[in-house]
Amino acid sequence: MKRIGVLALRRLAQSVPVLLIILIGLFLLLQLAPGDTVDALLAQMGGGDAAVAAQLRRDYGLDVSVPVQLGRYLVRLLSFDLGMSAIYGKPVASVIFERLAVTALFMSCALAFAFSAGLVLGVLAARRVNGWPDTLISTLGLVFYAIPSFWLGLMLIVLFSVKLAWLPPGGFESIGEGLTGMAHVLDVAQHLVLPILSLSLIFLAIYLRLMRASMLEVMTLDFVRTARAKGLSEGHVLRRHVLRNALLPMVTFVGLQFSTMLGGSVVVESVFSLPGLGRLAFESVVQRDLNTLLGIVLVSAVLVIVVNFIVDLLYAKLDPRIVAR
Amino acid sequence: MTTHHAGLGAPLDAAPLLALRHVSVRLPKGADREFALRDVSLQVAAGEIVCVVGESGSGKSLTAMAILGLLPGRVTLAGGAIELEGEDLAGLPPARLRGIRGARIGMVFQEPMTALNPLMPVGRQVEEMLEEHTDQPREQRLARVQALLAEVGIPDPVAAARAYPHELSGGQRQRAMIAMALALEPRLLIADEPTTALDVTTQARILALVKNIQRRRGTGVLFITHDFGVVAEIADRVVVMQHGQVVETGPVQQVLYAPQHPYTQALIAAVPPLAPPQRPVAEPGPAVLAVSGLRKTYRSGGILARKRVVEAVRGVDFTLHQGETLGIVGESGSGKSTVARMLVRLLAADAGSIHLQGEDLLALNARDFRARTQRIQMVFQDPFASLNPRRRVGDIIAQGLRVHGMPRAAAEAKVVEMLALVGLDPGAIRRFPHEFSGGQRQRIGLARALAMQPTVLVADEPVSALDVSVQAQVLALLAEAKQRLALSLVFITHDLRVAAQVCDRILVMQRGLVVEAGETATLFAAPRHPYTRALLASVPGRGWQPGAGAASPPRAE
Repeated sequence: MKRIGVLALRRLAQSVPVLLIILIGLFLLLQLAPGDTVDALLAQMGGGDAAVAAQLRRDYGLDVSVPVQLGRYLVRLLSFDLGMSAIYGKPVASVIFERLAVTALFMSCALAFAFSAGLVLGVLAARRVNGWPDTLISTLGLVFYAIPSFWLGLMLIVLFSVKLAWLPPGGFESIGEGLTGMAHVLDVAQHLVLPILSLSLIFLAIYLRLMRASMLEVMTLDFVRTARAKGLSEGHVLRRHVLRNALLPMVTFVGLQFSTMLGGSVVVESVFSLPGLGRLAFESVVQRDLNTLLGIVLVSAVLVIVVNFIVDLLYAKLDPRIVAR
Repeated sequence: MTTHHAGLGAPLDAAPLLALRHVSVRLPKGADREFALRDVSLQVAAGEIVCVVGESGSGKSLTAMAILGLLPGRVTLAGGAIELEGEDLAGLPPARLRGIRGARIGMVFQEPMTALNPLMPVGRQVEEMLEEHTDQPREQRLARVQALLAEVGIPDPVAAARAYPHELSGGQRQRAMIAMALALEPRLLIADEPTTALDVTTQARILALVKNIQRRRGTGVLFITHDFGVVAEIADRVVVMQHGQVVETGPVQQVLYAPQHPYTQALIAAVPPLAPPQRPVAEPGPAVLAVSGLRKTYRSGGILARKRVVEAVRGVDFTLHQGETLGIVGESGSGKSTVARMLVRLLAADAGSIHLQGEDLLALNARDFRARTQRIQMVFQDPFASLNPRRRVGDIIAQGLRVHGMPRAAAEAKVVEMLALVGLDPGAIRRFPHEFSGGQRQRIGLARALAMQPTVLVADEPVSALDVSVQAQVLALLAEAKQRLALSLVFITHDLRVAAQVCDRILVMQRGLVVEAGETATLFAAPRHPYTRALLASVPGRGWQPGAGAASPPRAE
């Protein structure tokens, strides 16, 4: 455990500069864009004279040099102050926070489903390599991989919500019914089934291919031959020796793929009108709500860093050869 | 009728422990031959060590897998009986076979690093045997694991049981592997090249352990090896295999000193004798390569990481004279390969100087050094990994010449000339490395290095990955090329037999230092340093002089 503790501290120390680079990069990008918040505000107010603009710039702290602005920006971030959203008229932090829970639930369910289903199907396919289960699973995987998630989402709505009327077509929960306790949980789950399916199938297909290849690779290794020579049953060989070794590349890949998945949620949340971060990002782009957009990018970056941090620790837990270096 | 060939010490009326009778193994359709094993018959009695010897492709490992019922997919048993204590394993259902594997047949594999699960503590892997085959409660199993690890000579069994494979040395891992195989006191132990991946001193200790176990427990051992030295060290009886067939079998003395079959004779003839041949006493030529104070320390880590420092080479000096072969011998971690790499500047030396014909190579900048690379070339160990698989052989050999500005036509002519020199057909130019055997690839590697017409050739374990008969051919070729092209050779090897035959002088390295240096004959006859003595004492089969009764061995000098 000491090994993992040391590793955790080191990884944390390493993510501080990463975060700093992202923050500064974001801030400078904002500086590069022509015009500033005041220009945007004035445009929304229908124009104004130079004196008003200067006054506004003083109010927003835009009249000082860029490094000072950067310093103030970083200090503000330390107190979770992401500025005001021009569209919602609220602090960006609270706008994002309201949406974060939805996205976090949605993403973790989709990730868990893609990972576990991909793992199980990959194992099944590898156990009967080139047999009919493998052919079936691999073909299915290819189909999942080939379907774009927005189209899949629409088709799922058409089938399950419109034709069969089994599941709601969108939203996070039924509005105005005041459900509590178990009923509320079930209600949210019903709303999330279709979005999770449409986001996760593509990733399921990737994980399944990866797990299958990884299992096949590990099964050729010497220690698996040793395990068989020890007289272990095939089930024990797979569970105790193959599976954990085959999981290593999967775990790495989840960390790498997480940001792609976050990107995918923008589309799916929009299709299913889920009030999450992805949809917020989409709306902020359309409405030119720069502060909110920056906040979202920042939160996403932090999310990706956190997930990769967890993945690193998980990997170290799985593989005793990883030392803190 | 079954007892005629039973081993020494086996009761005459008892059935042998293991008997293979006319076993054939069929390869899948479309393979280069129909049978991997044909009509293989052999026996192992209790308390007897039977060595199966053969080169790669002889089917010796497949024989072991056939006994265990672990033939790879689509490779099938085509006939014959595999009797363990009178019971035919060939017809048993998989579940019954699983009960026999591990419990009645213990198995030890070649590469102890890869043969153990890297993610499971060693003790747990040993315990698994007991868990699978017995009803012992956990405390009893754990106590047994400790006892087993202690029995195979692991110094701290409690710590070793908790350790992961990568935390143990190669020798410790192989001991753990043996402990695992012995967990259920099997009557038969199958060991497939168990010492091939180990250093020579470690190998000697593991061989002693196997022999000890066989004596103490009366275990029958089927020991698979390619090394006649190991055979001489450990075998009671010998089975020689070639192309999936048994060509000769008999007591060890008979096979080693009076081999009957031409293949056995050829194999034994190809084993380099440990005694250095008589060399004409010649004035040493002028020094071509003078190395002094060479150092290399590997450091890893940085600002955010823990620093790890390994002093690989700690001050090495030597001089190579014109026309001489200088051997550098040592075990893994001795720094010998690091020295080789520094000589051709594949690694940057930390300190010291390398004077090639009076010019300090280490003082040159990268561009000036590149101009000198023609004069010092290297041949690598692994003929499979050291040639780019996507390039044609002709391009591989010509590349160096072209880089140094030779016109295309001249380079191509040179390639043909070099291929002829190493005994390959000019048609090889258009082919890819994977189309050649290991020995042929090593010839290609040699042709590539020689095409540059170097003054000094650095050969890093050039024959270690090759079968013994191929090894003899490549060594002979190297000797011939050296003569024809007036080369001076730095020859790095862990194999003292090869060193004895090839080298004029030898440096013995241990932990980054040269502990002894001298004329080959002197060094072998009167080693001064304790480490040199330990190395020489560990050479398997050192008491056996190959060639007595067989054709005279090829000389490479």
